[in-house]
Amino acid sequence: MKTESTDIAVSVSGLTRKFGNFVAVDNVSFDVRKGEIFGFIGPNGAGKSTTIRMLCGLLMPTSGEGRVAGYDISREQEKIKKQIGYMSQKFSLYADLTVEENINFYGGIYGLKASELKARGEWVIEMAGLTDHRRSLTGILSGGWKQRLALGCAILHEPPIIFLDEPTSGVDPISRRAFWDLIYEMSARGVTVFVTTHYMDEAEYCDRIALIYRGLVIALGTPQELKTERMSDEILDVRCENPHDAMDEIEELACVKDVALFGSGLHVVTPDASLAETEVASLLNEKGYGFDAIGRISPSLEDVFVSLIEEADSENDGGGTMREARDA
Amino acid sequence: MDAIRTEGLTRRFKDLTAVNRLTVNVKRGEIFGLVGPDGAGKTTTMRMLSAILTPTDGSGWVMGYDIRTECAAVKDRIAYMSQQFGLYTDLTVMENIEFYADLYGVAKKGRRERIDELLNFSYMHPFKRRLAGNLSGGMKQKLQLMCALIHTPEVMLLDEPTNGVDPVSRRDFWRILYRLLSEGVTIFVSTAYLDEAERCNRIGLMHEGELIAQGTPSEVKKLMRGRIIAITSPEARRIAYLLKSELEAVSICIFGDSVHVVTDSPEKTSVSAGKIISESGLSADSIRSIDATLEDVFVSMLGEKRASAGAEDEN
Amino acid sequence: MRDSREKASTSGLSARRVFAIARKEFTHVLRDWRSLTLALAIPVMLILLFGYALNLDVKNVPTIVYDASGTPESRDFVRLFGGSTYFTFVDRCDNHRDIARAIDRGRAMVAIVIPTDFAECVNAGRKAEIQVIVDGSDANTGRLVTGYVSAVGLIYYRNLVVKRAEQAGGGAVSMPVSVEHRAWYNPELRSTNNIIPGIIAIVMMVIAAILTSTTVAKEWELGTMEQLISTPVRVQELVVGKLTPFFVIGFLDVTVAVAMGQWIFGVPLRGNAALLFLMAAVFLIGALSTGFMISAMLKTQVLATQIALLSTYLPTLLLSGFVFAIENMPQAIRAITYFVPARYFIAIMRGIYMKGIGLDVMWFNALLLSLWALFMFALANRKLRLKLD
Repeated sequence: MKTESTDIAVSVSGLTRKFGNFVAVDNVSFDVRKGEIFGFIGPNGAGKSTTIRMLCGLLMPTSGEGRVAGYDISREQEKIKKQIGYMSQKFSLYADLTVEENINFYGGIYGLKASELKARGEWVIEMAGLTDHRRSLTGILSGGWKQRLALGCAILHEPPIIFLDEPTSGVDPISRRAFWDLIYEMSARGVTVFVTTHYMDEAEYCDRIALIYRGLVIALGTPQELKTERMSDEILDVRCENPHDAMDEIEELACVKDVALFGSGLHVVTPDASLAETEVASLLNEKGYGFDAIGRISPSLEDVFVSLIEEADSENDGGGTMREARDA
Repeated sequence: MDAIRTEGLTRRFKDLTAVNRLTVNVKRGEIFGLVGPDGAGKTTTMRMLSAILTPTDGSGWVMGYDIRTECAAVKDRIAYMSQQFGLYTDLTVMENIEFYADLYGVAKKGRRERIDELLNFSYMHPFKRRLAGNLSGGMKQKLQLMCALIHTPEVMLLDEPTNGVDPVSRRDFWRILYRLLSEGVTIFVSTAYLDEAERCNRIGLMHEGELIAQGTPSEVKKLMRGRIIAITSPEARRIAYLLKSELEAVSICIFGDSVHVVTDSPEKTSVSAGKIISESGLSADSIRSIDATLEDVFVSMLGEKRASAGAEDEN
Repeated sequence: MRDSREKASTSGLSARRVFAIARKEFTHVLRDWRSLTLALAIPVMLILLFGYALNLDVKNVPTIVYDASGTPESRDFVRLFGGSTYFTFVDRCDNHRDIARAIDRGRAMVAIVIPTDFAECVNAGRKAEIQVIVDGSDANTGRLVTGYVSAVGLIYYRNLVVKRAEQAGGGAVSMPVSVEHRAWYNPELRSTNNIIPGIIAIVMMVIAAILTSTTVAKEWELGTMEQLISTPVRVQELVVGKLTPFFVIGFLDVTVAVAMGQWIFGVPLRGNAALLFLMAAVFLIGALSTGFMISAMLKTQVLATQIALLSTYLPTLLLSGFVFAIENMPQAIRAITYFVPARYFIAIMRGIYMKGIGLDVMWFNALLLSLWALFMFALANRKLRLKLD
C-alpha cells in the first residue's frame, strides 16, 4: 500500500539485520528527503552494503521497518524494484558483451519499450562518454567508464530513487570527480541519490550524511552540522619537521587529547586550542623541531569521524574495537 | 647501495604493457610512495620487486640482489604485503603469525617476545585467539603487516595497505610504518590516498605503466603549472558550477568543502572570484592562495595526460 | 623491535618450514567439516557401497534341467546343483524345444543338459560332456554361471573320486593340478574376495587425488598464495608439507579399508600385511602427487576437482582389471591399461590378499608402481611454480 505523497523518499526506523550472532546493522533510523544526496559513510564492513540491500528489497530485515518510495521493504519488494535503480559494488556488467548489448539487456530486464530503450540507450551512451566505444566489449573499458556505464544501466528506467553502493571504490581521483558530476546532475533533476562511500572527501559532497560504524549510525546531519556541532574539541594544524617523531612528544602534553598525521602535517585534538597552541609551539622550539605554522582550523570530516569512532568505542565494549584494544 | 633499484623494468601481459620501462631507485631507510590510479601498474611493479612475478624486460635489484636470478635472496630480505588479504581466515591470529614465523625461519628463542611486542604495538593483543576471518578490515591489514614483519625484514613492499580501512586503523597503521622507518627499514608503499603520499620521503607518480613524475612531495608539487586559490564554503559545489562558467582559469575542481581554482595570476583571480560569488548571492568562508596538494598535482598532471591522449574529456 | 639480525639460514631446505606447512594443512582439514567428511566418511561409504552393491556373485539363478540320462549318477549330479545357493530349479523337461521356450520367456536363465551316456562316462572314468545353455543377453551372469557349473562339476568329480578311493581302501587319485588351484584361491568363488582389494585401490586413488586437488588451487583462489610465495619457502617444502597430512589421512583410510574387508566382508588377508601397507604407501604417494599436480596446474578448485575425479575414477574403475578382466579387453584397450597405475596395485593387492605371495613373484608390478609414484611426485614438484606468471 502506498502512503500519501510526502517529501520523504526513504524512511527507516529501528532497522536491524543479524547474520547468526553477528549484528551487521543495529537499530538504524533515518529519513532521506526527495531530491537529496544522502551519503552513507563508513569503513568496509560497517554495514553499508547490508543496509542498502535491505532498502532495495534484496535482503529481509531481521527487525525494524523501512519504506522506500512509500512501499514497505519487507512486503512490497517488487513494487520497490520498479521505483529504484541499484548499482552494486561489483559492477554487474557482462564483460563479454558490448556496451550496447549491456544496455539492451538491462533495458529488457526493466521492460522498456523498443522506442524508449533506443532513446534511453543513446542518453546513457552519451552520459557515460562512450559514443566512440558503443561496440567495444565492456571488459576492455577502464574502471571509470565501466562505472559510468553501470550507473547508466541502473537508471535506464528513470527511477526516482537510486542506490549507489561504493560506486567510486577503486577508481582514480579524476574519474571519481567526473562521477560526482553525474550524481549532481541527477540530483538537480529531482532524483534522490543514496550513496555509500568510505572516502571522507566524498562525504563533503553530500547534502546530508550518516556515519555508520560497526552497524550503528553514530552521527547524522549535514557535513557542516557534523563539523560544527558534533566535535566538542578543537583542532590545531601543525606543520613541522619530522612530524612522526614530534607527534609522540606532543601527545605527552596534558592539554592534548590526540595527535594524528594528516597529510604531511599533524592534527592536534585539544579542548583548548589557544592553550595548546602556545604549549605545542614552545615544545617544538625546546626540542628543536623547526616548524612552519601552527594554527587552529575547523575540523575536517575525517577528524570528526575519528573522534566519533573513538567515542563510540569507549562507550560500547563490543568485541574488536581499537579503543577496547588500547584499554585492554 | 640503494635498497631498490630498477632499470627499464617492463612487464607485458599479452597486448597490455602493465609496467613500461620503469626506472626508479629507493635509498636505504627511505619511505617511497608509489601513487597512481587503478590499473597504472603499481601492483605489477610491487610483484616484480617481490620476486614473485618475472619481468618481461629490464632489470631490478633489491638490497643488491637481482630480482630475476636471486629470488631466494630477495625473499629472505623483504616483507611483502599483497593488496588482497593473503592470510588464512580459518586460522587464528596467533596461528597465522606462528606459521609465517616458521616460514621465515625465525628462531624459537626470542620469538615469543617479538610476537608480544608486535601484538602490543598494533593493539592486537586481545584478539590473538580470534580467527583471522572474524577480524575487521583494519585489523586484518595489521595482522598481515605483523606476519610480514615477524622476520625483521630490510625492505618492506606494501601494496595499498590501507585501502578501504577506517581512518582510525589507518592512523595506527602509519604509526607502525614510522616506527619501522626509525629502525632503518626501507619502505616501498603504493597508495591511492594522496594524503598518505604526502608523508613519504619521495614519491613516484604512475600512469598507464609509466612513471610520469618522481621526487620529494615538494619537488613533485613544483611540477604543477600555476597557483591555487582555495575557496572554502558549505556551498562549494554551487560555487564551482558558477565559476566554471564565469571565470577564466586553468582548471576548477572541488576538493571536499573547497573549490580549487588553478590560475597563473592568483591576485587577480581571487578578486574576480570573490566578486562573482558575492554577486550571485552565495557566500564563501575564505578565499586564499594555498600551496598545491598532491591531489591538485595528480589531477592536473593526469588531466593533461588524458587531454593530450585525447581519450576522455573529463572536465 | 629490531632486536636481532640473527636469522636461521634459509638457503637449504628447512624441516621447520615443511612441518609448519603440514601443521597448517592439518588445521585446515580439521576445521572444515567438508574436507573431514571427504577424507574419512566418504571412503567408508564407498567401501560399503561397492562391497554390497557391486557384489558380482549371482544367486538363485532360475535353472531348467534336461536329464537325458535319468540314472542315479545323473540324479546325484543334479542334486548337487540344487544344494547350491547359486541355482534354483524352476522346471524339468525332456527336449531342447522346451529349453528354448523357457529361456525365451525369461523363466529360466540357465539350462543344464545331461547327456544320455552320463552314467557310462562317469563309471568308465571318461569325461562326461555336460551341456550348459546360458541366456547370453546377460553376458556377465552368463560368464559367472558357466564358471559355477564347472565348479560344481569339479566338486562332483572330487566327491566321486573320494568315494571310490574309500571303496577301494586307499590309493589317492590326483586331479589335474591347474583346476584344483583355482578353487583353492577362492574356494567359494566369492567375488567379494576379489573386489575388496580393488575397492581399496579405487577409494585410495580417488580420495587421494581429490583431497590434494584443491590444496594449491584454493590458495590461488583465496589470494593466500601471493603472500605465501613472497616468503623464502621452497617448492619441495611446499609439496612435501602439503602432501604429508593427506598421506596420513590416506594411510588411515587404507587401514580402515583393510579392517572393513576383514571384519565386515570377511575377506581374509593371506599375505604379508607389512608388504600390503608398504605398497599402499607407494600407491598413495603417486595418487596424492597426481591430485597435487592437477591443482598446481589448473589453479581453480572446481576444475581441479573435476579433472582429478574424471582422470582417476574412470580409468581406475574400468581399466585396472577391477571390474573387467584385462585379458578380455580388445588389444588397443589392453595397451592402455599398462598406463593405469591401479592395474599394478590391484594385481599386487590381489596377490597379497588371495595368494599370499610376495615381492619375489610381484617385483615387476611393484617396480612399475614405484616408478609411477616417483614420476608423479617429481611432476608435482615441477608443476608448482612460485611465481604469479
